[in-house]
Amino acid sequence: MEPLNALVSVTNFMLIPALAYGSQLALGALGITLIYSILRFAHFAHGDTMAIGTAAVIGGTFFLQAQGVSIHPLPTALLAIPFGMLVLIGYLLITDRLVYRYYRRVKAKPMIFVMASLGVMFVTNGITRLFMGVGETRFEDGERFIFSVRDFREYTGLAEGMALRSSQAITIITALVVMVILFWFLNRTRAGKSMRAYSDNEDLALLSGINPERVVIITWVITAMLLVTAGTLYGLDKGFRPFNYFQLLLPMFAAAILGGLGSPVGAIVGAYIVAFAEMGVTYAWRRVFTYLMPEGLEPTSMMQLLPVDYKFAVTFAILVIVLLFRPTGIFKGKVL
Amino acid sequence: MSLTARDLGLFALMGAVLAMVGMFQSPQLAITILNMSLISAIMALGVNMQWGYAGLFNVGIMGFTAVGGLAVVLIAQPPVPEAWAAGGLGILLGLMLGVATILAAVAVYKSMAPGKLRGAAIFVVLVIGYLLTSYVFGPAKSAVQAVNPASEGYLGGMNLPVILAWPVGAVFAAGVAWLVGKVSLGLRSDYLAIATLGISEIVIAVLKHERWLARGVNNVTGIDRPVARPVELQPLPWVQSLADTMGWSVGQTASVVSGLGYAGLFVIVLALLIWLAERALNSPWGRMMRAIRDNEVSARAMGKNVTKRHLHIFVLGSAVCGLAGAMMVSMDGQLTPGSYEPLRFTFLIWVMVIVGGSGNNWGAVLGAFVIWFLWVQVEPAGRWFMELATSGMADGSDLKQHLLGSAAYMRLLTMGVALLLMLRFAPRGLIPER
Repeated sequence: MEPLNALVSVTNFMLIPALAYGSQLALGALGITLIYSILRFAHFAHGDTMAIGTAAVIGGTFFLQAQGVSIHPLPTALLAIPFGMLVLIGYLLITDRLVYRYYRRVKAKPMIFVMASLGVMFVTNGITRLFMGVGETRFEDGERFIFSVRDFREYTGLAEGMALRSSQAITIITALVVMVILFWFLNRTRAGKSMRAYSDNEDLALLSGINPERVVIITWVITAMLLVTAGTLYGLDKGFRPFNYFQLLLPMFAAAILGGLGSPVGAIVGAYIVAFAEMGVTYAWRRVFTYLMPEGLEPTSMMQLLPVDYKFAVTFAILVIVLLFRPTGIFKGKVL
Repeated sequence: MSLTARDLGLFALMGAVLAMVGMFQSPQLAITILNMSLISAIMALGVNMQWGYAGLFNVGIMGFTAVGGLAVVLIAQPPVPEAWAAGGLGILLGLMLGVATILAAVAVYKSMAPGKLRGAAIFVVLVIGYLLTSYVFGPAKSAVQAVNPASEGYLGGMNLPVILAWPVGAVFAAGVAWLVGKVSLGLRSDYLAIATLGISEIVIAVLKHERWLARGVNNVTGIDRPVARPVELQPLPWVQSLADTMGWSVGQTASVVSGLGYAGLFVIVLALLIWLAERALNSPWGRMMRAIRDNEVSARAMGKNVTKRHLHIFVLGSAVCGLAGAMMVSMDGQLTPGSYEPLRFTFLIWVMVIVGGSGNNWGAVLGAFVIWFLWVQVEPAGRWFMELATSGMADGSDLKQHLLGSAAYMRLLTMGVALLLMLRFAPRGLIPER
């Protein structure tokens, strides 16, 4: 029995990746929940919006690299994030002006908004592919590892190794910082309070002199910042492919619904639950149990509950369970 | 079944455009576009039932069509006896154990009082069920997949006539839709959208990775066709004499004749569906559905069970999509799970319904024709446009190469813009509901 080795193995192959993935999902799910509580529709273009923002960051990164700018050991992409944010803020505000504002004015049904976001998704998807193609683009540079498997083994003398990739560490830290800033903004600033007021009760907010159009603009700006951060972190971690970003839509929605649509804390908690469930169910536990079980009783199979290809099924199962037993989510969202 | 002169004119225009494709591009292309348009029209009809009659937003059309396609393999392919001998029983038993586990968990949930004990009992049932299922299923699956993996490696089908697969495909899709609808209808309207998005991804994942079922990404090819192949038609004397009169090559004539055969079958199915749909829409049932769509609260106050009606129409519409999926696979003669993409099979159908006119069956059909035609023809047009736009640039420059290579993605852009423009300026579509 070697519990320490088992712990290291779980941390290396499951906990760290799940924590990083969960952080990326959390930022995306926060965007979904914000749009939902202010604009009151399910934003289907979310994944592709994330992709186009990341594409802008990648463009900026390549430009900076060509100029010889570098912040080694950190990836250059971090420097390009503000540029990506500006581009995406512009893009979202233009789509809002051209598409969604009209439907707000005529007070269209939520489903019409969803349909319009579908159209925006098409267009966004097309633009992204026009620039980036469909293949994978990698744009990470700088130091790859904070410590590698070999360093860890030499340092601790354990049989099992553990590595911390810098992209994972950056993801977890950045996500934390962003969340803290977001909550400070929502709870302490005038603009944040007006957003929450508007989300609670539209009419009352109007009566107290809150300008709805301004609230909407702030929402898009925050969403753009969240999405660019999340997309860049995801791309640094796993590489950029437009289709993967589209597919993130389902886990992000599952996270937001699980936490309770409209509840920012819920979105974060939901994202980590979804990430850990996906990783836990598709992880091959054989190694861990080999260390944990007494000698002679080692497992012979992979001890994997589901093949990795079915990670969407895990997300979906979570979604179904939530819808069946607690449609309002863990933290009572405002809607059913 | 009321079509105004204007609607007929629109259909006639579409027909004329297709005829022009046949004359100036090639007759095969015109037939290919026609057939795929007919299939798309059936999918659009199904979606129109859900959206146009009831206001249900289904974003999982891809999943339902793929399930319908699976039916073709399971019905028409010959069985693989070695595979059945190797693990057929194990797979059946494993599937039954899986279902039994879920049923047992449901029974426990229903029979015990809420509390921690119930949660623990359900957990134990699920764990034991999972272990049993994977103990039986895992080895059987590997055994089946090991049987002649280069060309078989799956259980095969039932060797029945391929036409039978069409209704079966509809039933499969209806079953999946019932499960999804049962879970997500009656809640917020967006939840159905998200649930269908999820189920369609899962259906595709299952088709891709469960090789014992339909060979996964190895594809099942050479499925029986309901219409004679061009190769079989070529030696026939009447085909050869037709080729002489039309001035085409024999090969071309044979593929046109074969394509027309499919078109005939599809038109029969489409006509039947439209007749049924129009009858339903103009019956008391149809009026009730529209009443529910327009004002759920008042319909509920009138004593209508809205959730149940929604479930009905959702299952019906999905069944129609499944039927179309089965027809498509039997036209291609192959099931290729890798080719199912949500943009092509879900969102494009939505564009068809919105452009054609939601709530109007004829509109959905026309929308399918127009959009499929654009989908096929926009790519060459995009390339032409890109060539025009880049004509000023130096030959061989990277940017020019990149832009020319990206012309294919102009389709998505065009479709998105079409959807947004229609939604904004003509939300009632080409043939509005009346």
